[in-house]
Amino acid sequence: MDIIEPLAKIVFVVLVNLTTVAYLVYIERRMSAFMQNRIGPNRVGPAGLFQPVADIVKLFLKEDIVPTAANKFVHSLAPLISLTVAMTTFAVIPFGNVIHLFGRDIKLMIADVNVGILYILALSSLGVYGITLSGWSSNNKYSLLGGLRSSAQMISYELSMGLSIIGVLMIAGTLRLDKIVESQAHGMWYFWRTPISFITFVVASFAETNRLPFDLPEAEPELVGGYHTEYSGMKFGLFFLAEYANMITASAIITTLYLGGWQCPLVGHIGISPLVVALLQVVAFMLKVGVVLLFFIVVRWTIPRFRYDQLMNIGWKIMLPLSIANILVTGLVMLINGI
Amino acid sequence: MEEMKVIRKKDLTIWEKMYIPEIVKGLRVTLSQVFKPKFTVQYPENKFVPPASFRGRPVLVEENGTERCVACGLCSRVCPSLAIEVQASETENEKERYPERFEINMLRCIFCGFCEEVCPEEAIIMSNEYELAFSNQKDALFGKDKLLVPIESVQPRLDFLRAHR
Repeated sequence: MDIIEPLAKIVFVVLVNLTTVAYLVYIERRMSAFMQNRIGPNRVGPAGLFQPVADIVKLFLKEDIVPTAANKFVHSLAPLISLTVAMTTFAVIPFGNVIHLFGRDIKLMIADVNVGILYILALSSLGVYGITLSGWSSNNKYSLLGGLRSSAQMISYELSMGLSIIGVLMIAGTLRLDKIVESQAHGMWYFWRTPISFITFVVASFAETNRLPFDLPEAEPELVGGYHTEYSGMKFGLFFLAEYANMITASAIITTLYLGGWQCPLVGHIGISPLVVALLQVVAFMLKVGVVLLFFIVVRWTIPRFRYDQLMNIGWKIMLPLSIANILVTGLVMLINGI
Repeated sequence: MEEMKVIRKKDLTIWEKMYIPEIVKGLRVTLSQVFKPKFTVQYPENKFVPPASFRGRPVLVEENGTERCVACGLCSRVCPSLAIEVQASETENEKERYPERFEINMLRCIFCGFCEEVCPEEAIIMSNEYELAFSNQKDALFGKDKLLVPIESVQPRLDFLRAHR
């Protein structure tokens, strides 16, 4: 019985994640088309809703090309690392409150780790390996440049990412993600309480997920396709999947830390059964994640890519001091308020 | 001597250097585009109808059941890509000729419109047809059967040429 519960949660999370990835690609294509006064994919199925299916079938049927000079083992390993890291990070994210089902209390998170946020930071930094190794193993100068850029970028933004969270951790006083969510009850989201930390964290997440203002590892105009230049077929698909899974995880982390996680104001006071309340909270979590994902997409089509030196300047000269200052200010405020 | 006026790029204000308000402005621009009308033409269902100035495939004008062409061969002479072939023959009327065979190789045609420009009879005209896809080379040789079109269908182009030439 004890195995079934985590297994069910894993299956649920993986399924939801994968379908979200598929439809995220669709939504991104539609949104970008709308922003450019186009229509976007609308041919496969009603309003193009089966486009992801067609895409996946296409990716599976495509020839899988491995360059002769590539390191074959690492070349196939790299996309797996990317995807595994992107998917496993989701394990500690609480996507709902405790739910009472089948006569037992089920906590809606896969792994209740007491250092949840550290686990996320540790795993997300592993994601660099997938990208850097793929760049190196392709034996292609563009891929290598992409891989190198990603390692430099991720290392510099990891710092400010980790430091910007500290403000939240100081107020919450715990590393457990479920406790952090609980401390944001009654609309006291950290988004209001620590705005600087929120901004630095969001910017760092963009850099961590290689999304557009920071997509230097890909940088189509300069590097062909960056680290995945030499990938085709489903291996390329895995990178694609990883990128979008990363986006979902990043949005989920942002939601958990700053937007109140599954907290849904007022829903507890209407007087409906606790099960419905719990389900509504899961829906609230998904909605919040969706809004952050939309934000990711809109930003991608709004802000042009940074130059490499600008990227480093922002990372080390602005983001890092800002997040350190944020720790100081948070500490001062806490001292004055006597928390 | 006139004094030179130096124009410097303005420094960014602090508000602009903060970057985030500017991002918000940019987001507003992109988001406002979402609700604007789309430019896309859904091709096989809706087709783009070109204006009279469009140079589509060249056609021969058919007037009163016969072609205007007198088989002078100027078009085939001027054609830079040697796409036009004219075989002249005589009609029953004295000193009058007609093209026995008129062939345009659509694989060679570059839609320059020189033939139309040089034609003294306004007999060869650039139409507004642009759907030219062939599955083999033979299909791309347009003979008189495909080239002759009634004058009504190319009237806008004829009017355009009268007005602008």
